[in-house]
This record gives sequence, C-alpha cells and structure tokens, in this order.
Amino acid sequence: MRKFREAIIEKAILLNGFACILFVILIFVFLAKDGLTLFRTIAIQDFLFGKIWSPLAEPPQFGILPLFLGSLVVTLGATVISVPLGIACAIFIGEIAPRWMRETLKAGVELLAAIPSIVIGFIGMTLLGPVVKNLFHLPTGLTAVTGSIALAFMAIPTMVSIMEDAITSVPRTYKEGSLALGATHWQTIYRVIIPAASSGIVAAIMLGIGRVIGETMAVMMLTGNASVMPKTILAPVRTMTATIAAEMGETVRGSEHYFSLFAIGLVLFGITFLINFLSDMARHRKIR
Amino acid sequence: MKLKPQIKQKIAFALLGLAAVTVIVPVILILAILVQRGWPAISWQFLKEMPRMGMRAGGIFPAIIGTLCLVAGAISVALPLGILTAVYLVEYAKKNWWTRMIEIAIVNLAGVPSVVYGLFGLGLFVIFFHFGSSILAGSLTLAIMELPVIITSSKEALMSVPRSFREASLALGVSKWETIRCVVLPNALPGILTGSILGVSRTAGETAPILFTVAAFYLPRLPQSIFDQCMALPYHLYVLSTQVPNVRPALQYGTALVLVGMVFFLNLVAIIVRSHIRSRKQW
Amino acid sequence: MVEPKIVVKDLNIDYGGAPALKDVNFSVMDKEILGVIGPSNSGKTSFLRALNRLNDLDLACKMKGSIFLNGKDINREMDAEEVRKKVTMVFALPIPLPMSIFDNVAYGPRRHGIRDKKNLAEIVEKSLKAAFLWDEVKDRLSSSGMKLSGGQQQRLCIARTLAVEPEVILYDEPCSGLDPISTAKVEDAMRELKSRYTQILVTNNVKQAARVGDRVAFFLMGELVEINETDRIFTAPQDKRTDDYLTGRFG
Repeated sequence: MRKFREAIIEKAILLNGFACILFVILIFVFLAKDGLTLFRTIAIQDFLFGKIWSPLAEPPQFGILPLFLGSLVVTLGATVISVPLGIACAIFIGEIAPRWMRETLKAGVELLAAIPSIVIGFIGMTLLGPVVKNLFHLPTGLTAVTGSIALAFMAIPTMVSIMEDAITSVPRTYKEGSLALGATHWQTIYRVIIPAASSGIVAAIMLGIGRVIGETMAVMMLTGNASVMPKTILAPVRTMTATIAAEMGETVRGSEHYFSLFAIGLVLFGITFLINFLSDMARHRKIR
Repeated sequence: MKLKPQIKQKIAFALLGLAAVTVIVPVILILAILVQRGWPAISWQFLKEMPRMGMRAGGIFPAIIGTLCLVAGAISVALPLGILTAVYLVEYAKKNWWTRMIEIAIVNLAGVPSVVYGLFGLGLFVIFFHFGSSILAGSLTLAIMELPVIITSSKEALMSVPRSFREASLALGVSKWETIRCVVLPNALPGILTGSILGVSRTAGETAPILFTVAAFYLPRLPQSIFDQCMALPYHLYVLSTQVPNVRPALQYGTALVLVGMVFFLNLVAIIVRSHIRSRKQW
Repeated sequence: MVEPKIVVKDLNIDYGGAPALKDVNFSVMDKEILGVIGPSNSGKTSFLRALNRLNDLDLACKMKGSIFLNGKDINREMDAEEVRKKVTMVFALPIPLPMSIFDNVAYGPRRHGIRDKKNLAEIVEKSLKAAFLWDEVKDRLSSSGMKLSGGQQQRLCIARTLAVEPEVILYDEPCSGLDPISTAKVEDAMRELKSRYTQILVTNNVKQAARVGDRVAFFLMGELVEINETDRIFTAPQDKRTDDYLTGRFG
C-alpha cells in the first residue's frame, strides 16, 4: 500500500518537473494565438518594418520599427553605461575591496536590485528628468537618454553579481602565477583574471541586456512616449514594452489594435528567448 | 608619457572605487529622498484608511491589502510547484536532453519581460479560463513569474544537503521518497525559505503583470473574493504619479516609501535568515 | 551442510569501462565475521556496495552476475529497500544525521512504520546497548548526535543499523578515522554481535582482520585471490600474492 502511494508521489514529482516546459509553451501559444491573428489583415513586413505606428489613425498603421528602434536605442544606451560601470564595480568588489567593505557593497548592490522598477521610474521622473532637461536645454527631460540612465542602474546589480561570481571563480593559481612573475595586481586583473572570467562576463552582459529590453514601467515613465522614429537620444522615444502597457487599456478586445499588441509581445518573447538561450550557452561553455 | 605600473595601478584602483561608489550612491540617494519627502505623509491613518477624493487624500489601505492578497496567492501556488520541480531536478532527473530542456525553460521563464507576462495572464487566465480581471488571475500570473526564483534557490538548498546523509538513510532500507521527505527537505528548508522571501519581495513590487489581470485604480470597497479585482501598491503609485492631476507630492512619495519599505523589509528578513542558517549549520 | 547466508556468483562490476571486480565467486556463512583485505582500488568497496545494492545509486556502475541472500537473488527477486533493511552498512566516516541521538537510532524503525513511543524507546535502548554506547549517552539522548566524538558517532551509526534488525551488517573501513581506544570498542561490539548477525568487514588494516575475522578474503585488482580461515591465511597462505601482501612486500 505504501509502495503504491510512493509511486504516485514520484509520478507527481516527475510531472511537476516538466511544468516549466509547459509554461513556456503556454506563453508562446497564447501570444501567438492573438498575435498571429493580426497577420490576417496586416502584412507581416508592414508590421516588422513599417515606420509609422499609429493605431488610432484612419487607416490605422501598425509599423513597429519606431518602437523597435526605440527599444534598441534605450537598450544600447543603458548597455553603454552599465557595462563599464558593472565590470568596474565587479572587479572592485571581487578583487580590491577589503573584506569588511565587500559585504557592505554586496548588500548595497542587492538593495539596488530590490528597488521595484515603478519606484525607479517615479524617482527618475521627478528627479532625473528635470536634471536632464536643464543639462541639455531640452523641451522635456523625458527622453531616451533618461530612460537609458535609469535602466542602466537596474541592469547593473544583475551584471555585477554574475560578473563578481565569474571573477572570484578564476582559480587562485592563475592569479598567483601572474603575481609571482612580478606583475602588479592591476596588471594581473586586466591581463589574466578578466580574460579568464570572460565567458561569465559576457553571459552577465547578455542577461543584463535581456533585463533592460524587457523593462516596462520605468521606461514608460521616463522616455516620453513619442512613437516616432528616434533621431537622437535626447528626444522622447517609445519602446515596445511601453507601447503594450500604455495602449492595452484603450483597446477593444478582438480589434486589430488588440492583436497588434499581442504581436509586439510575441516579438519581445522571441528576442528575450534568443538572448537567454545564447547567454545560457555562454555560461555552460565556461563550466566545461 | 610612460607611467610606472604602480602609478597606473593606483589610478586604476581609484577609478574602480569611483565606479563602485557611483553604483551605491543612488541607492542611498533614493532612500533618502523617499524618506525625506514621503515621511510626512506616513501616519497610521495613511496606512489604515480608505482613500478619499479620487485618491488625493486619505489612506492607501486597500492598496496594501491588495498587494498582500496577490503576494499570498502567488506564493501559495509557486512554492509547492517550485519545491517539487527542484526536488525533481536534484533528486530524480538524469543528465539527459529532457533535463537540459527543463533548465532552458526555467532560464527563459526568468527572462520573459513582465509586460509579456501581463499579456499571457490576460490571454490565459482572464479570457480563456474566464476568471476575469481578478485576484485569481493576477496571483496565478505572478506565481508563474515567481517560479524560476523559487526553483533556483530551492535547488541550491537541496544540493547543499550532504550526499552522505542520503546514503546513510538509504543504507537503512528507507525508500528514496522517505529519505527526501525526512532528511533532505527538512534540512533544505531554511534555504528554501530564503528563496521564497526573495521571490515574494519581487512579486510585491511588480506592476506590469497586474495591469491587465487584476489591478483597478479606485475600488469603493475591499475585495470580497478571489474573483474580485483589487488595488495594489505599485499600480497605485503609477496612477498617482502619472494619471491623477494635482496630487500632493507627499502622497506619491509616501506610497513609494511604503512599497519600498515593504520590499526592503522582506529582503532584510531574507538576508538575516540566510546568515542565521550559515552560522547554525551543523555540518 | 548449512546453507550459506550469502552466495556471490560470477560477479563482474565495471564503471564506464574500467573494471572493478572480475569473476568473483564465493559464499559467506551465517553468523560469521568475514574480513576483506587488500590494497586500495582492489574492488573491496565496490564488492561491499554491491551486497546492499548501494551501487544502484551510481549510474556509471554496470553489474553482471548474481548475489543471493538466503537463496534469493537480491537484484532480480527482491527490492532494493528490502535488501537494505536486511543488509545494513556502517561507513568509513561516521554519518550521524543532524538530529538527536534518540532520533538517529529511532530513524530506521520510524520510517519502517513503528510509531509506538514505548516500543521505540525499547528499541533505542537495546540498540545502543548492543553497540556499547548506552552507558555513555543514556542521560543525553535528546542532545544532537553530531556533538559526539568520532568513536561515539561511529557506535551511534552501528546502533542505528541494529535498530532496523538486519541479518547482515557490512562495515566499510569503519575504524579508519578512529583512535585505538575507539577502535577497540568498535571491535568489541562486533564480537558481541556475532551471535546474532553475519558481519562483513572491509579493512585496510590487516591486523584488524586477523583480530576480528573468522575467515579472511584477499582481493587484489578486482579479483578474489584467496579466501580461507583466518589462521590458515596468515600462517600458510596458498597464493604467493597473498603472502607478499601480508608480509608487506607491497601495500
């Protein structure tokens, strides 16, 4: 009797193991169900490469290129800021900071990670926006670069913790070998340790990028929401994520607009799937 | 100009230190500003009262309750699911293609943008299952979002239980499941707990997933059942700061402060539990 | 002729291509103490772990041949759990579970369904006495098992295996981490237990096998070279390799 009960429990555990695969498939299915419906009436190339996003116009235009480029510009900006800062911070915490400082810094980074994105968006809106506006003499402080700065700080904690792990996992023998040859600590860091930790660092960057592309609330509040082709980083833009969040409330279920938002969701899912896949590959190569 | 390596090092280290400071300073800054501008709004009434005048006055009680309901609902689904998945991966799964697929799926669930989760929740729970915009739909969406965090930390906790314990138990004729139930899980519990607390703190602060699945801005009364909509702190802050005109800034900062306070408190608890585990470990 | 307790027939074990045991054939008699000696990597531990099917846990391990306990094939006619209840093992490093002394010993019986408190208390006392540990811990049964000394922990592990009422007890170099006094206590326990259990002792310490064993088996590089009564093996070994090992020509 007990054997039977245990066999059932073990079967339940087995099924559970595959639950995650099921959820990923479900997400894809429900995005595709409504997203692909759009392509019954709109040509896919008009969607992907169209330069005008104007769902409420007559006739409605569903070109996501401005939104895609908006996401791209903000993401690139955030990456340019966060990668050097992230690597520098990770090196400092992993190699240079004395023990007492290390724990405090790590806690600080964890706290940064814990701040909800809506709060960062809120603070960015009330503080960072005016600063950017005054600094660059712009009509509004809600621009791509504002979004990039805020997003950089949201990506940094993820990057720092993975990079720091990668750096501290470099075998001590590498470091000691270099120092024994007379190299300074700094030379050892940039000549030996960083290259050895490179795949972990790359994986961290990709994960950070993935996080930034997927961010919704902070960008919605900080980048100005102008769904036009971005010409400069000092102007308002609109990202794909913000579009979905901002416009879903106004659409009618079952309308073209509704399907178009799901289609954007599908594109986002595809992008982050790819990035996560590649990042995971990079991480696994390092372990081998 | 050729600099001596030692000098290059000093410069490099100074710059690196500066980078670390640049990263940490915003945290302190944000906290300071929230406290400075939000504290005046905080009072027992603020926390316990219902809002008045279209959110421009009164308290945020329903938003707090809503957040608590959503978080409780999400963890009650994600925790058992997550622990069992972790048990499968650590104790039963063989190193084959299937297991790799599961791990890739977990990484992907962790990377899906929050707004896409919102769309998914809308499509599956609100519409397909006919739950409507409800606490049920919102909690389930948040649960799936929380799953990767719970699985990863549970996996670590299970793997930290020494292999010898399992062997000692099996060598007495105890079955595999009983060994897991009586030796492995109880000793992994503290680690699992830390992971769940962290998962809960993330869930509490999410806005996008609840936008289409549960959140409402102004509800005249508290939710009565899981099929009702509810308010939530992150959404409340969003609307207060972007949709409602003429709100006293203190109210906005106060709401943000309560949210951040809740999240930081949870993180602090998790950190304390984690260091308590490390010091009390008997092996 | 008394039926042997355990019969090993044509046992071959390899780990992903590297052979650990080759064509091992012999029997273990009921209620004897069998010492198993040989240099490292001679297959002694693989052999022991095959006897209670702990090798099942190792996915790389492939086994051919049969092992019979009381006439039944332990791989084909019995479940792993049944086998391990009857054939328990004491490991080289003591593994007290992170619980009280009482709970450690009561762990096995509880999992096998015994819930009655009085019953459990009796079993715990009986087992701790048989392992020569009762007097030292009877006043602190609720303190953690991990706080005991190495020798006490090992006797706790012996008590734990006795509590499930096995028929055979396997020892995998049980005294390797212990001081001489603790070792002596463990060996005393083994002698006491002889009247009720069959015991197989794998040891790197040849003298220990001589002190405790009724018969001794010598393994070398995966083969069973010789098995004989203790006196005969030490005074008149039949194989030259046995002689070389016992006299220390290699180790």
